[in-house]
Amino acid sequence: MKARMTAFVAIAVIAVGANFILGNAGFSSQERSAGPSVRLDN
Amino acid sequence: MLRALLITMLTVLFTSSATAQEAAEPDRSATGGAQTLEDILARQRGETIDDSFRSDDVGNPDSAAAITNQLGTLGGASDPELWRALRYGSADITASNKGPAATVLVQDGGMRWLTFREGPLVTYGGYLLLGTLALLVLFYFIRGRIMIHGEKTGRTVERFKWIERFGHWLLAGSFILLGLTGLISLMGRKFLIPAFGHEAFAFIAVGSKWVHNNVSWAFMLALVMIFVMWVVHNLPHPTDLKWLAKGGGIFTKTHVPAKKFNAGQKLIFWAVIVLGTSISVSGLALLFPFEINMFAATFAKMNSLGISGALGLGELPTVLAPHEEMQFAQLWHAIVSFVLMAIILAHIYIGSVGMEGAFDAMDSGDVEEQWAHEHHSIWMEEVKAKEGAAPKGASPAE
Repeated sequence: MKARMTAFVAIAVIAVGANFILGNAGFSSQERSAGPSVRLDN
Repeated sequence: MLRALLITMLTVLFTSSATAQEAAEPDRSATGGAQTLEDILARQRGETIDDSFRSDDVGNPDSAAAITNQLGTLGGASDPELWRALRYGSADITASNKGPAATVLVQDGGMRWLTFREGPLVTYGGYLLLGTLALLVLFYFIRGRIMIHGEKTGRTVERFKWIERFGHWLLAGSFILLGLTGLISLMGRKFLIPAFGHEAFAFIAVGSKWVHNNVSWAFMLALVMIFVMWVVHNLPHPTDLKWLAKGGGIFTKTHVPAKKFNAGQKLIFWAVIVLGTSISVSGLALLFPFEINMFAATFAKMNSLGISGALGLGELPTVLAPHEEMQFAQLWHAIVSFVLMAIILAHIYIGSVGMEGAFDAMDSGDVEEQWAHEHHSIWMEEVKAKEGAAPKGASPAE
């Protein structure tokens, strides 16, 4: 029971972590595909 | 089933491009060399056509008139020739956005992908899952729940350690999430938009994509964990043949000796490892678009080894547009996932409602001794022998 709940929490932690890390490591779609002249944030 | 699906997929995709017709050049003098009504009709009928008279007719910059001459500014290619070059992907294009796909403006392979994705993939994939569910319900009514036959001892034995259960549930939880969100991504357009409307589906689709992309890492991590922890117990053994020959005793209601994992569980294990790895690799190709291109190389190997010929697929294309690599990755990802989902449905069934005492193994980690004796007798004897041999610290079962 404890192992299962821990695993489910781990899934959530890994997902949020992966999103954060990849987003900050330059792997967002915006950074990978848009050129410097594109201003998606503004 | 996987092979049949693969053959269907590849046949559909390549019947129109596999072989170049070596027929005599048709007379196109009436159109001045442009395509004729016959060419257009043949293409619309889906026939294999040799359109090199168009794809090669894209002008020649080397023979361009000087820039001061009439039409010299076009650089040796007329407008129709430029459009043809754009159509066949040979135009010299500069784009401000990055990535190999940016300079491919027309990609007609996309239509074959789209048609296959919303047609046979959704249809047969859906039938596979529904059919598996129906078979399991049928099996339940015919065979009923597999009960513990002998008298329960009231004693338990540890079957899976905490870390093993953690790895299993990490894999199971992520797989269920990935399966559901994958189905939403694939089938939502067809089934959810009509039911909930575009706005609600847009919300669901964005959430699904986020979950699918990010939960995938938990799945891949768990897949490695499961492989490392259980591969030793899943190597083939002579007892597996006996187990398989008796069908695991499922229909004869007998108990076949088995080690920690019986042959059926070993098949599930290897299906999860092999199919799960294939899904992970094609998933990574989709997660990092255009970075991992596997299909052109795979097709070249299949051609050279004669596999594509043996499967009746003819010569597979070895030059693929960047988009086509992604399209093949998506189709493969979905097809293999459907197969694994069907297998896992059966696994979930037998591990829960299908067998008394089975769920405890992954819930608390401890199983009833009588259950272990009936389903994994060799393993049970090994555990007992170890307990008997342990000098101290081995407390007797209550």
